[in-house]
This record gives sequence, structure tokens and C-alpha cells, in this order.
Amino acid sequence: METKQFPQVGSEIDGFSLLEKIYEGGMASIYRVSKVGIDLPMIMKIPKLEFGSHPACFVGFEVEQMILEKLSGPHVPTFVAKGDMAVQPYLVMEYIDGASLHDYLDQIWNRTEAWGTSRIEAVCRWIAALADALHDLHRQNVVHLDIKPANILFRPDGTAVIIDFGLAHHAHLPDLIEETFHQPVGTAAYISPEQILHNRCDPRSDIFALGVILYQFATGRLPFGNPTTMGGFRRRLFLDPSPPRKVQPDIPPWLQEIILHCLEAHVEDRYASAAQVAFDLTHRDQVTLTERAQRLKSASLLTALRRWYSVLTISVKPCHDPLFHLSSAPHILVALDIPHADEKLQQALRDFVRRALAADAHCRITCVTVQAPSILAEEDENHALAHSLFTQRLVEMRHWAQPLALSAEKIRFQVLESNDIADAVLAFAKTNHVDQIIIGARGSSALRRLLGSVSSKVAAAAPCNVTVVRVPRAQEI
Amino acid sequence: MKLAILSDIHSNLEALQACLTHAKAHGAEQFAFVGDLVGYGADPLACIDIIAGLAAQGAIAVQGNHDAAALSGLCETMEFTAREAIYWTRKQLGAAEQEFLKSLPLKVQLDDMLFVHACAEDPEKWVYITGPKQAGRCMRATKAKFTFAGHVHHPTLYYQSQHGLPQIFYPAPGVSIPMLFNRQWLAIVGSVGQPRDSNPAASYALFHREQNTLTYFRVPYDYMKAAQKVLAVGLPASLARRLEKGH
Repeated sequence: METKQFPQVGSEIDGFSLLEKIYEGGMASIYRVSKVGIDLPMIMKIPKLEFGSHPACFVGFEVEQMILEKLSGPHVPTFVAKGDMAVQPYLVMEYIDGASLHDYLDQIWNRTEAWGTSRIEAVCRWIAALADALHDLHRQNVVHLDIKPANILFRPDGTAVIIDFGLAHHAHLPDLIEETFHQPVGTAAYISPEQILHNRCDPRSDIFALGVILYQFATGRLPFGNPTTMGGFRRRLFLDPSPPRKVQPDIPPWLQEIILHCLEAHVEDRYASAAQVAFDLTHRDQVTLTERAQRLKSASLLTALRRWYSVLTISVKPCHDPLFHLSSAPHILVALDIPHADEKLQQALRDFVRRALAADAHCRITCVTVQAPSILAEEDENHALAHSLFTQRLVEMRHWAQPLALSAEKIRFQVLESNDIADAVLAFAKTNHVDQIIIGARGSSALRRLLGSVSSKVAAAAPCNVTVVRVPRAQEI
Repeated sequence: MKLAILSDIHSNLEALQACLTHAKAHGAEQFAFVGDLVGYGADPLACIDIIAGLAAQGAIAVQGNHDAAALSGLCETMEFTAREAIYWTRKQLGAAEQEFLKSLPLKVQLDDMLFVHACAEDPEKWVYITGPKQAGRCMRATKAKFTFAGHVHHPTLYYQSQHGLPQIFYPAPGVSIPMLFNRQWLAIVGSVGQPRDSNPAASYALFHREQNTLTYFRVPYDYMKAAQKVLAVGLPASLARRLEKGH
């Protein structure tokens, strides 16, 4: 019988030269590879299929082969090629030359140098990048289900890249993991409560894992430890983690608010999308502080008992596509120009927002206005003037939103500084995963002729839906 | 090479033409018709004409229970409307059409693919694959990696799992599914001419041979016209309504 040649450095598989082995694990080996005609640093993942290896080990590889091919964008390694399962299974993808979140964890907690407040800054930057990446993944109808520091890499420009899709769920592909394992699968420290209850299609499971990572980075500890038994896993269904501020008193309340909001045991209480987490991490002055921010002790034993009982009777709801969920949690940007909008237009904008709120239960509104940058803002007098203008804009926007009677949690206000209104709105929409822009048409045609139409520029270049709201003109006689 | 698999055409010319046009536009070079070319619909002759023409150029075609019934027998196992349609169809078929239907095998194996109307195990029994249990019996009866079938008018995909029964999967239209080579697959491609999953659009699947991916499609067609023809030739009105509602 012909013996199959085992892949090794120097050998060639389907035109890919194996240059160097960079990882050897229980399930797979990873090699740096190159191929004539492909100008991309690449790695090849070869699963271990030795005598005695459990067939289930192979399933993760099959799943990754299926899913990675479907994904695109900067937040995943580019798929290059896959090998025939019957001959030599392998997976070739882009090599990401950068540190992992795991390396950063090491830097933060195992080095002696004091990070002080810059620790919080760095952590927020990394985790916001991770939230951006997660949102992009969820938009592609995939839930990762094994988010942990080792699976997050960073490109040189700071973009987070998610790797290892061996446990992932794609809404439109067979879920091989679900049928193979009767136990919940994931990494003990990061697995979400609903995964433990066998729900594998909620994007908010990844937000829970993100919360665990954020907790870990902020405090140096794991919120639920690293359990090894089923009973240990289940504890997170009814026991709260120790509040981060109790563990590390230098953690600001807004950060604790974000962490505990991600770690809510019930998905409905958690952030509705990773985009919302990213927004809060990058706009900390806008985080709505609730009881979570102030909490210094875990829930009482009685509460825990009550929750424990409710878990016994819980039934797992059949879930929808990740995309279906995301579509109910849009980020809506309302571009306001109150000094130039008459009461009728303001009312029309409010009416439109009210309808959007009724349609999508988890939506979030951000009101944005743009003002010219203040020159010499450091000078005392000008600074005070600029500051008062800034405050004036905020006050106007709040006044506009007041009749909507929204909870603080639903709505944010932002004053942007720029000479070009449309550019500022577009840039904000892009970096904050805005799904819809609502903008009023400039009423006076003279003004429009002079300044050009902001709304048409926004509509032409926006990365998302744009609704231009206009007050119906009275019929001319 | 892309192979389009069409099943349960049921004399629906409009749906057949729409699917063939769609498949060709998506690069289909080969065709397989997995049974029930006739029955229910108003255009048996035109449909057989098209399919026989493609078969002469190498397309695969197998016989379904309605095709067999249109040739002979009492059809006592069929429900009333189906039987009515079969009796009407018999009157339409000429010698050439009868000859063609008679010439169709019950199953065809090509490389690692098997084409059968109902079930690979005793195909002449016309067993309905309504769940993993029946799918398991069908898959055990063949060594083929990929089995393509119809008969059940719901697009469904079964695949071999690590233990016991096959798993069931409901494909989303237009999404290519990698048919992992180390597993066995049974694809029920849905119905071209009489969909029954509350979606009146015609259903078929496209198999990409080199990439081993299967994509199910739903093709909108002029079902009003097909339904009007059903009424015009005097077939039961419920058969026309069925096309409009897709159930």
C-alpha cells in the first residue's frame, strides 16, 4: 500500500511550498507557505488525522473550511485555498503578522511597569477594535462562539482580525458542531450562558465573550474563573461576577457599566449589537450610567437562588439568523441643524424618528450636529465662547429630542467640528456603524443654491441608507 | 462543470422554461431531471419535448411515480386530483411520448452521483423521504457520495453525521453549500412545477462539480399563466390554486 507522505517543511502541496512550521498543536499544524503567482503572506493549516484521533476533532476543521470561504473584509484572514478532504485536507489563508490580544494581556498584567490610566486607554482601544470586527462578522450572518484573546490578532494599523472559525455558526450552512457534540462547546472561561443552553445562533453570545475579555483586561482576573465541570459552567447563568470596581478600584464607573452590560446573563439585557459596544467604548462621556456602574457587591444569595430556580424552568427559544437580530438593532443617526431648521421640519424629523423607534425594538439613535472648528480654542476667552456654543448645540438637540420621551439609554448626542457638514456626518456614520441617516432637507432654496445641498451629498456618498425628510410644501394655487 | 438538477416538473411549461433559462444564465452545462415530468399540469407534451431534446444531448432523466402512472395502472394509491390529472395526461400522450417515459430508468448512477426520484432503496416503492429516518435508509442503500432526489416537494438537504441518523438542513436560496467530500449527502431539490412550501416560485438546484458546492434556487415564473392553462384544459381547479399559493 502506498504510504501517504506526511507534510513537512520543504515539501509542496498543490503548488504551495511549506516554508516553516509556526505552530504545532493537538488538532493541527500551521506552516508559512508561498505559491508562485500569489503575492500575499500565507499560512497553511493542516489538521491532524492520525490513528486514534477522535473524529470530532476533524469537525472543527470542516466547519472552518466551510465558513472562512464565505467571509470577506479586513476583520478576517483572507481565504486562499482549501485541499480536497479525500486527498490532503488543508486550508490556506492570509498570514496576519501582528500581536494577539493574548500577547497584550500578558503585557498588561505580567509586566511590572505601571500602566495607570493609560492601561484603561489601551484596553478600550483594543476592545473597541474587537467590537468593530465582531459587528462586521455578525453582519455576514456568522456567530464566532469562541471569542477569546488568543483568537484575536491585530494588523499593523490596529484593525482587529478574528481567527479560528472551528466552532462558528453560519446561518445558511449546516451546523456540524451542533450535531456532533451533545455537550456545549466553547472555551470554559468565555462561553456564554445561552451557549451552555445549546443556543448557537445569537450574535450576543460573542458580546458576552467580549465582556469576559474586557473584564479580564480591566481587572487581571476572569469573571467566572475557568471552570472544568458542567456545574461550574452553569454558575454564570445565575451568579453575578464580582463587580470590576471591587477588584480594581481605579476602574471608572463608565467602564464597569460597559463590562457588566456585556456580561448580563440574559441576552435581552445585553447590548443589542457589537456596534453599540464599540460606540460606548469610544464615546465614554456618552455612556448611560445605571445601577451597574455603581455596583460594589454581587447580588444577594436570595436573588441568586431566584435566578437559579428560573434557570431550571427556562426554555431555549428557537433563534433567528444573526442578521435578523441585527436588523432589529440599527444605529440611526439624525443629522440636526437646528438653527436652520424651522419648527415644522423639526417636527417632521421627530415624526420620522418615532416611526423608526416603533419599527425596531433595539435601535439606538445618535443626534449629530456639526459646527465650524473653533480657532485658538486654547485661548481662555475663545475657549469659553467655543465651549458655550458647544453647550448651546447640545441643549438645542436635547430640546429637540425631549418630545420623543426616550430613555437616556436609547439616545446619544454628539457635536462634531468640521467646516464640511456632509463630510463630518459621513465620517461619523462610517466609523460608528450607522445603519441609517435621517437628515432634513434645507428649506430655503436660496440657501441651498448658495451652500449646495448637504443632504444630497450625504445621500450620494453614505455607506448606509439615507432618508431625507422634507416638510410637505403647501400646494400652490 | 455545473449540473442543474430539476425535479417534479409536473407538466408545468412556464416553470420549466424559467428554471432552464435561470440555470443556463448561471452557467449550467448539464441537466438532470429526477422524475415526475408529467402529472398535475397542462403541458405534458411541451415539457416532454424539451426534456427529451436535452436527454438526446446527454441530460440525465429518471422516471417518477407520475410518469409510471401516466403509462399504465389503476393509480388507486393516488389522491383524487392527482388521478384525474393522470387520466387526462394519458389521453394527451402520443406514442413517442409514451415511448420516452417508458425508456426512463428508475435510477442513474454517474461517478459518485446517484439520481433517483424517490428513494435509493427500492425506488419502485416511491417512498417519501420526510425525515432523517427515511433519509438514512435511502443513504445506506447507495455508495454514492451525492444522491439527488425529488418526490417530496420541499427543498431539503440531508448529510451524514458522526453518529446514527443523517442530519436535516433547510437550504437558503442562492447560498452555495460546500458538500464536504468525506460525508454522504442526499439532496432533495424541491419541485419545479408544483412547489408546496408556501412559496410559489419554482425550485431547483445547481451542483458545481469542481468546487463540490450545491446551490438551491427559487425562480419566480408566471404561475398565473400556468394556472389558467390548468383551468382551461378542464383539470381540477384546486390544481390551479395550488400553483398560485405554493402549497
